[in-house]
Amino acid sequence: MLEIKNLHVSVGDKAILKGLTLSIQPGQVHAIMGPNGSGKSTLSYVLAGRAGYDITEGSILYDGEDLAAMPPEARAAKGVFLAMQYPVEIPGVTTMTFLKTALNSQRRQRGETDIDAIGVLKLVRAKAKTLNVSEEMLKRALNVGFSGGEKKRLEILQMAIFEPKLAVLDETDSGLDIDALKLVAEGVNALRSPERAMLVITHYQRLLDYIVPDRIHVLAKGRIVAEGGKELALELEAKGYDQFVKEPA
Amino acid sequence: MSSAAQIETQKQVAEIGDKYKYGFVTDIEMDMAPKGLSEDTVRFISAKKGEPEWMLEWRLGAFRRWLTMKEPNWARVHYPKIDYQNAYYYAAPKNAPLKQSLDEVDPKLLETYKKLGIPLHEQMALAGVAVDAVFDSVSVATTFKDKLNEAGVIFCPISEAIRDYPDLVKKYLGTVVPVTDNFFATLNSAVFSDGTFVYVPKGVRCPMELSTYFRINASETGQFERTIIIADEGSYVSYLEGCTAPKRDENQLHAAVVELVALDHAEIKYSTVQNWYPGDEEGKGGIFNFVTKRGDCRGDHSKISWTQVETGSAITWKYPSCILRGDHSVGEFYSIAIANNYQQADTGTKMIHLGANTRSRIISKGISAGKAQNTYRGLVSVYGKAKNARNYTQCDSLLIGRECGAHTVPYIESRNPTARIEHEATTSKIAEDQLFYCLARGIPQDEAVSLIVNGFCKEVLQQLPMEFAVEAQKLVGISLEGSVG
Repeated sequence: MLEIKNLHVSVGDKAILKGLTLSIQPGQVHAIMGPNGSGKSTLSYVLAGRAGYDITEGSILYDGEDLAAMPPEARAAKGVFLAMQYPVEIPGVTTMTFLKTALNSQRRQRGETDIDAIGVLKLVRAKAKTLNVSEEMLKRALNVGFSGGEKKRLEILQMAIFEPKLAVLDETDSGLDIDALKLVAEGVNALRSPERAMLVITHYQRLLDYIVPDRIHVLAKGRIVAEGGKELALELEAKGYDQFVKEPA
Repeated sequence: MSSAAQIETQKQVAEIGDKYKYGFVTDIEMDMAPKGLSEDTVRFISAKKGEPEWMLEWRLGAFRRWLTMKEPNWARVHYPKIDYQNAYYYAAPKNAPLKQSLDEVDPKLLETYKKLGIPLHEQMALAGVAVDAVFDSVSVATTFKDKLNEAGVIFCPISEAIRDYPDLVKKYLGTVVPVTDNFFATLNSAVFSDGTFVYVPKGVRCPMELSTYFRINASETGQFERTIIIADEGSYVSYLEGCTAPKRDENQLHAAVVELVALDHAEIKYSTVQNWYPGDEEGKGGIFNFVTKRGDCRGDHSKISWTQVETGSAITWKYPSCILRGDHSVGEFYSIAIANNYQQADTGTKMIHLGANTRSRIISKGISAGKAQNTYRGLVSVYGKAKNARNYTQCDSLLIGRECGAHTVPYIESRNPTARIEHEATTSKIAEDQLFYCLARGIPQDEAVSLIVNGFCKEVLQQLPMEFAVEAQKLVGISLEGSVG
């Protein structure tokens, strides 16, 4: 599904990722853990195609295709989804309008016909219920005045609506209290499927209590420095990231 | 936004191979006045229109006055000096006497309207909109007359009104925008060749939205239409105006005058979607749009509401205003002004509070992209007798790219201590993270810009009648295509 080989990424003159290699198969959930500044968010932005994140070396294959060659909107249409750490506010654009525009933009790129307003409404309502996203929230401007929990729930709602093949969750736990975290995690778990791969990026082990990964990679200074099963998260929780961050003597 | 419709529009645009989809010219034989401007030109126009003597005198008075006036230069717009002698002041499709029905109209003209997206036949059936279409200088087709007649509403070309309702025209012409008002209005008074006249009698709620579509077709012609709308006591009328012009390399002058009069308890809602040719990406060509629009809330409890979506023209110089004369009268101004490439817009409003308990509301959304300059210029003036006058002004500017400019120039004058005037202004940019968020959700760049800008303009778009709102949303998107590199 996703094959990242020796990936080097720079932002401006600054090298952030320095030879990252990672492979995810359909149906798997992988977690990337790492301290601040290790390059976690950079990885998520590179996968989604944000401008300014330049690949200087290495490759990313998605379903056998060169991901880096695709514009961001084409990646979304082909099933790449990024749940953002800081969802963006767009004043004056209702959440429902945004969802409809996004959904139909993706469909059109895939050569599918638009779903009309009523069809979108039905689809969104059905998915919104389980994530506790209210009708009122859908009528408000996108993310404007939303609480941290509401914003993250809306990200997961979008994931449920777009049904991506590869979902990247960037610090989905940040800013959430335990109840909000559980709700979001349930939403994510409900979307686990044999066809879908997920990459969960987090600083803390806490999220991984609820979204249990198949594999954990530790990212430090732009490289994967350790890999293991879910038990690795607990070890990190106990010992911290210091062992990976310290300069070798 | 209807995405299917948007795709359709974008396809049309691509097919024409240019971003301005109205850039076509209809090949019709034109009847033109000799080039240049003189008393003879004025006489020619008046004679062509078969006008009575008093009208000719009024025009000549204006023309003589105009000769003594100077072109204003206080607006933040720059353009080469206009040679008023190097233009045609009258152009009419040949053999265009008054038509009794649409069937008599030149099919080529109807084809043009179709391209503009206003098929008259369909519009009659579907939208219930009566259209008085002004093609260059002569009204060629007026629909729905019968139904309006029944209600006692007069809706006709102004040339017809001068002939058939001289008393009404004499009573109101030049009473809101005097002949001497300003350089461009005075010019219009001398040479206006057509326009629309509306009279809604006492207590009548106009049974449909009235609509006029203006289009400049002939090359090097100015369009000087004159519109008068009178809402008698207790009446209501909503009027829509759309404007387009074909693509030409030279600049064309458009200097219109609109006068609105609302008597006691009457309400006028005036909506404009202006999409004159803005010039090309290098700033070549485009319409110079110098327009004087003013409404007089003459009666107590009257209301005049202006809504404008200005996406076209190389230069826009336009300040639709309200004179709040009657006690408890209300003036509103809702504006979207988009300037892209080398367009320059200097637009805003004047709210003149004369009566007691008068209220005004100004919502202005300016969007600048490319190398464009966009200025909001507004005056809120409260006179001594205007006890408890209230004004609320909100001016929001949105910048796209680094080479454009947004300017806000509000003038506030109060001579009454009970007045309450509020002014809020913001300037923002389309943030990179907003764009990225849209892209990452599968929304292509131009569509994302359109979505974000439409959101920014929402409060104004909501004021437009339904049929216009959809068109306006599309225009917002089209006029900003390619603005983010």
